[in-house]
Amino acid sequence: MKQSYLSQCSLPLLKQRAFLLQKIRQYFESETVLEVETPILSSAGNTDIHIDSFTSQAINRDSDKSYLRTSPEFPLKRLICSGVGDVFEIGKVFRYGEVSRTHNIEFTLLEWYRLGFDYLQLIRDVESLFFSLFDAFNVNYESSQTLTFFQSFQNVLAINIEEITLQELNQICIANDYSGSVLSKDEALDYLFACQIQPQLAKDSLTFITHYPASQAALSQIDLDNPQYSLRFEVFYQGQELGNGYQELTDAKELLHRFEKDNSKRGANAIRIDENLIHAMNVGMPACSGVAVGIDRLLMVLLGIEDISGVLSFNACNS
Amino acid sequence: MANVGINEFKNGMKLLINGEPWNITDVDMVKPGKGQAFTRIKIKNLKTGRVVDKTCKSTDKMETADVMELDYQYLYNDGETYYFMHPETYEQIEASKEAVGDNAKWLMEESICTVTLHDDNPIVVVPPNFVNLKIVDTDPGLKGDTSGGGGKPATLETGAVVQIPLFVQIGEVIKVDTRTGEYSSRVKD
Repeated sequence: MKQSYLSQCSLPLLKQRAFLLQKIRQYFESETVLEVETPILSSAGNTDIHIDSFTSQAINRDSDKSYLRTSPEFPLKRLICSGVGDVFEIGKVFRYGEVSRTHNIEFTLLEWYRLGFDYLQLIRDVESLFFSLFDAFNVNYESSQTLTFFQSFQNVLAINIEEITLQELNQICIANDYSGSVLSKDEALDYLFACQIQPQLAKDSLTFITHYPASQAALSQIDLDNPQYSLRFEVFYQGQELGNGYQELTDAKELLHRFEKDNSKRGANAIRIDENLIHAMNVGMPACSGVAVGIDRLLMVLLGIEDISGVLSFNACNS
Repeated sequence: MANVGINEFKNGMKLLINGEPWNITDVDMVKPGKGQAFTRIKIKNLKTGRVVDKTCKSTDKMETADVMELDYQYLYNDGETYYFMHPETYEQIEASKEAVGDNAKWLMEESICTVTLHDDNPIVVVPPNFVNLKIVDTDPGLKGDTSGGGGKPATLETGAVVQIPLFVQIGEVIKVDTRTGEYSSRVKD
């Protein structure tokens, strides 16, 4: 057993990571998407109720603390509002408490935005990046699958999520080994998706799940054709959640409303809202779609490694 | 005992569920990027050894159990109760027949056992990994067979029955692995 002060990651693995980053940059160069760097530390944070931020000392006198970013989403959107066009960033993000075989508290996120793309065009873009990476890593893959969140529940669990009652959903969770406190509808859907549906998705094809419930829209647009759902999608491969994308919300008023709704649920733990993003969006955000992909997990599936520590020079517990 | 947030769970922590003490043997998190975090634990019942999986919201809390593992010296039993003594404080404790269970057949006076205490009551008694016990009964076996290829049952001084090689005889002391119940070797005086 190697000492923990030396890396558990072999030189060939470190080289594979460098190769992956190089291939990603090559793809975006060929697509004329500009690589940018944005701040890691900000006076404003992510209000998402399921994501916890690390905090640090205040940057200036306007606030009492600062937040380590949980994604580069807000400054990237401010850049888009500033008129820079298509952009991507590869950088470290931090999420407090997320430790598991597929989570490291700090991880590398690739996030990019394509102006004028709807979510379907962005799905094709994600697919062509991933296919180019599969080819570069000699990984075999089948053609991609796309299904809606609704369909995934119908196909795997034979549940109609529009008609099922909350009580029935809780019973199904218990029948599927859940033994915690009573779940809300979104929590029950999260549980069943993560524990029952995700492991059943085709292993060797990219699977895109689209149209998450409007209550789980995050910062995506609501589907105007079917307002119960949002234009949010996720991408899975080998049973792993690899990316999360939106046809982006561009309405500043609605954005502020969603931040405030999150904060009302957070109560005393409200997060300082990113006013800069609200103002920038008020100036005008072009129609676009954006997506974030976890690079460490991507490397795991490309190399067939099951524990995230296996692709890190040093994991967070040992940093 | 205290209620502890599931997000603080670690291997080896002891939980109290329906009055029974359980040991956490594995902890993992299931966390969608944009959704509720769940914690999946594997737990083992300290009394029965039964292993189950449980998944809860990471924000849930569960009650911890006051469980300790201490070394005690076995003294004697009266058929119903087994008496043990702490080797340094000389404090004596009583374990029920149920707590000792099948391990009774490995208990020799003065041997040091690991006793699991739940709320100060012994719930599990584990004998040393190896014990030396005298054979009180076995078939004489075939003379001249020293290969150890076959085997025969032997009754030991504590009443335990183990398979021994044919060449080992009544009156000899053997070393037994209490975890498997298997003969390990002869013990020479």
